[in-house]
Amino acid sequence: MAETTKQKKVKGAVVITAERCKGCGFCVEFCPPDALKLSEQYNKKGYHPPILISEELCNGCNICGLMCPDFAIYGFISAQKKGAKAA
Amino acid sequence: MPEELYEIETDVPSNTVEEFLRMDRMPHIWCPGCGIGTTVNCFAHALETSDLNLEKVAVVSGIGCTGRVAGYVNLDSFHTTHGRAIPFATGLKLANPELKVVVYSGDGDLTAIGGNHFIHACRRNLDMTVILINNFIYGMTGGQVAPTTPMTATASTTPYGNFEQPFNLPYLAESCGAVYVARWTAFHVRHISKAIKEAMAKKGFSFIEILAPCPTLYSRRNKLGDGLDQMVYYQENSEIKHGADTKTVGIDFQSKIIVGKFVDVERPTYLDAMNDYYQKRLGDKYIPYKG
Repeated sequence: MAETTKQKKVKGAVVITAERCKGCGFCVEFCPPDALKLSEQYNKKGYHPPILISEELCNGCNICGLMCPDFAIYGFISAQKKGAKAA
Repeated sequence: MPEELYEIETDVPSNTVEEFLRMDRMPHIWCPGCGIGTTVNCFAHALETSDLNLEKVAVVSGIGCTGRVAGYVNLDSFHTTHGRAIPFATGLKLANPELKVVVYSGDGDLTAIGGNHFIHACRRNLDMTVILINNFIYGMTGGQVAPTTPMTATASTTPYGNFEQPFNLPYLAESCGAVYVARWTAFHVRHISKAIKEAMAKKGFSFIEILAPCPTLYSRRNKLGDGLDQMVYYQENSEIKHGADTKTVGIDFQSKIIVGKFVDVERPTYLDAMNDYYQKRLGDKYIPYKG
């Protein structure tokens, strides 16, 4: 089925500084591919930082990075399909 | 998905906005769910994507929650007295016209106690960018009613609701003579970045109003949920109307919000007008002021 599956051109990843997060949830709510969720874990201040549900979902658009009021998360393109130009 | 189809990048890039911020001062003082941090993030992105010489950019803030921005940006910055961000910025600009001066402050600071300075800076068309974060309330001092609080909204000084007509800030700025007027909400992150870039490139008085949630005082007192609920409200109730008549963009309590770039015109700035006029009036006797 590899031929019929629509493959993404890019793969993304996020870097989360959990201790800086205040758990506002902006990144989770406005992530275009819904790749984030709030973690069950607490950080030192008692907030739930976000975690990536799956690397497959993230497209590295960095909307989370723009939305975050605490500069605690940013996204980047971690891999792109061979031959594809960087977005 | 087969892994070999992808070229994997092994290096994790660092967060590009961090070099524009004083990360040693983080975490900042803003509440969870406050929109000011989001706008600072967009400001940093705008600086990153613009080709401005950062040695020549100065940020001036007044007092209040938004007034703290001057302390968090890694630029020449100035935290001034209450309401007087624009006068300090005016002095800075006139003494050193090479500088790109950005005034970053709140609605209470710029339009209540500093309202006089605001209208005169618009009128003179001073070459500066004013970013006004409107959270509808005096946040830092405990949620008192501000000139931007919508009718019927509750504040700590109006427990039965506000009966005063609020300012329509884009209309105020346009009628006083600003050459660039835009309004966005904290939800419109890419638009804010672009607007800040445009405004900083614009010669003359450019004004951007950004609506931001205040979860601790405004939202809580009015039972509007937390910061995230306000952001969702902005997402669902904003209508982008570029070039809309600013008379029609006033904000009522929880009504539809018209956002967009409303005004983009050309007009001689204060220094250009002064040099032109005196050159015409005095001829060769006048040496144009260059700072």
